[in-house]
Amino acid sequence: MRVALFITCLADQFYAEAGVATVRLLRALGVEVDFPQEQTCCGQPAFNAGHWKEARSLARRTLGIFQDAEYVVLPSGSCASMVKNHYPELLPGDGEALGLSEKVYELSQFLVRVLGVSQLGKGLSGKRIAYHHGCHALRELGVREEPLLLLENAGAEILPWEAAEECCGFGGLFSVKLPEVSLAMADRKLSTLPEAEVLTSTDAGCLLHLSGRMGKGGRNMRVVPLATLLWEAYAG
Amino acid sequence: MQAKAKLYPKEAARLLREKPGVREAVTGATLHFEEGRKKAYGEMDAEALRERAKRVKDHLLTHLDQYLELAEKRLREKGVQVHWAEGPEEAHRTLREIVARHGVKRAVKAKSMLTEELGVNPLLESLGVEVFETDLGEYLIQLLGEPPSHIVGPAIHLSLPEIQRLFHGRFGTPLDASPEALAAVARKVLREAFLTAELGISGANFLVAETGTLALMENEGNIRLSTSLPKVHVAFVGIEKLLPRLADLALFLPLTARAATGQRLSTYVSLIQGPAKEGEEGPEEVHVVLVDHGRTTLLHDLEAWEVLRCLRCGACLNACPVYRQTGGHPYGYVYSGPIGAVLDPGLLGLEEAYPLPYASTLCGACYEACPVKIPIPKLLLTWRKRAVERGLAPTWERGAIQAFAKVMESPTLYRLFSKALRGLPLPQDLLPLLRAWTEGRGPLKPSPKPFHLLWQELKE
Ligand code: SF4
Repeated sequence: MRVALFITCLADQFYAEAGVATVRLLRALGVEVDFPQEQTCCGQPAFNAGHWKEARSLARRTLGIFQDAEYVVLPSGSCASMVKNHYPELLPGDGEALGLSEKVYELSQFLVRVLGVSQLGKGLSGKRIAYHHGCHALRELGVREEPLLLLENAGAEILPWEAAEECCGFGGLFSVKLPEVSLAMADRKLSTLPEAEVLTSTDAGCLLHLSGRMGKGGRNMRVVPLATLLWEAYAG
Repeated sequence: MQAKAKLYPKEAARLLREKPGVREAVTGATLHFEEGRKKAYGEMDAEALRERAKRVKDHLLTHLDQYLELAEKRLREKGVQVHWAEGPEEAHRTLREIVARHGVKRAVKAKSMLTEELGVNPLLESLGVEVFETDLGEYLIQLLGEPPSHIVGPAIHLSLPEIQRLFHGRFGTPLDASPEALAAVARKVLREAFLTAELGISGANFLVAETGTLALMENEGNIRLSTSLPKVHVAFVGIEKLLPRLADLALFLPLTARAATGQRLSTYVSLIQGPAKEGEEGPEEVHVVLVDHGRTTLLHDLEAWEVLRCLRCGACLNACPVYRQTGGHPYGYVYSGPIGAVLDPGLLGLEEAYPLPYASTLCGACYEACPVKIPIPKLLLTWRKRAVERGLAPTWERGAIQAFAKVMESPTLYRLFSKALRGLPLPQDLLPLLRAWTEGRGPLKPSPKPFHLLWQELKE
């Protein structure tokens, strides 16, 4: 089985090691990984802000790059949803957009639903983890159980978190268009964060926002993308 | 109500800075309602019922002219006087005539968002009529001279100490009076008003076309009094509030209550069938004013019409993490929160309401909560797209997005940008964005090497 990795721009720039972890993990599970070099951004920031013209041309570009892939896997829920759910809206009647839509998976979703893997290893034994459900992964892709299952089966303890399914306030351009509201949302979310060793999520944007805000408040916690932890689950 | 939607970003920021208590009060109350909704939805096949409700509303909206005719016919058969109002002017004219004909000096009013939309209170006051809001929350904000902060809980932004201070100033109650004691004071004032008012005003949750029945939901019992004690009752009804059949109430009353407050049914439901007949008690005259005020235009807007399914239950406000930070006031119009962000542009025009579609992270919690499955995130995206097409986006944003798209369209530029992030100067257009980001979150810390370089090392 061959998978094309869509790293997405934020992870490429800010969580590069999550990309490395994704490649290692998929290879360890017997999957061949391609990384099409021409890839950049899925166009979500432009799309969400209403700039459809720019979003369209980025979507067409991405379609061209991934159209022949067997599967496209992203370590990001919101970009996966952009390709899966919003490309067909952005490019109505485009058969390629629909075709790609069916082949796109967020990493944990791919592991559980396509590979049928639910047990990676025991590498997270005893780790106390707080899991933030990225909104698009949760509500647009329906990824709720997969990450938790993989983490728990690797021995991690997922700490109860009242606001685990609440939006963190990132929202792409929202975070800079309405910075005060965005920060208030992060603060509310963080005020209920349990004392965990690690905070994780499928989405780089949420993690940047939350870890930045946490740092401003003088709090320190390891914050890493889910992909990194899944590799640790496997490799120990 | 005068719309101040344009001020949303400023007002939201100001409120967060100056009145942190609002955030606390609103967060607490909405979380409570939201928990109630989730539990109440959990007791039934919510998905199936929401889908059914959506279909009924879609059927109604796609046959609206027929149902409006039927409703008018049935209402008249029951002795109700029916009026049509294109907008506030016509609604006001109708009300002015009624006030003049009956020499109205006092009116009691049930909570209604449509009457806020139409500016009914200022009109009545200008006519020398004393108006009493009879919903307790609505009464509080009337005393304060504020607009509602929430569709269902108008005074959701107030804390108990604020209410205690308000009543202390007005009625001389002690500063530590219990909520029960405060309610008792309000009740005394309102009772007197009920018994002396010549006019009762209400909205309507539903108007059943088949039978001409007005349905009103509440928990306090005051609507019942407002609509039955005064000799004249006027109900303002948005044309989208119709339901085809009486049987539909069996679906919509419980679904609305569950969505709004997590109740299986509201404490009181009034089904109004026209004025009192011989030997009955009740109003001598019942008037229904069917109000358009932009709704027909919205109905013909193929990308935005779904918003008209709205039942005004407020569930989307309770679920919305953006609304929770500020309550409804910064939105600057009657309808706030997620529903306001997609309804206000339709009612006020996008130019007036421009920033509101951006008052969301597109997290989707509103859609999950909505009993009639209004795809709010999709509608937000539609209004944003239009805003950009109409040139409403600020210059810095357009510049930044264009620069961003340029970079992302070319792997070469992207790689340059990647280097720039790690030391070189960044393009001017992106700087204001970066500043806005780092102020609240500290500097951006890119990985030492981007993944696309690490990939070279990973290749087999
Ligand atoms: S949009 Fe839906 S959830 Fe929001 S008030 Fe209307 S019916 Fe209720």
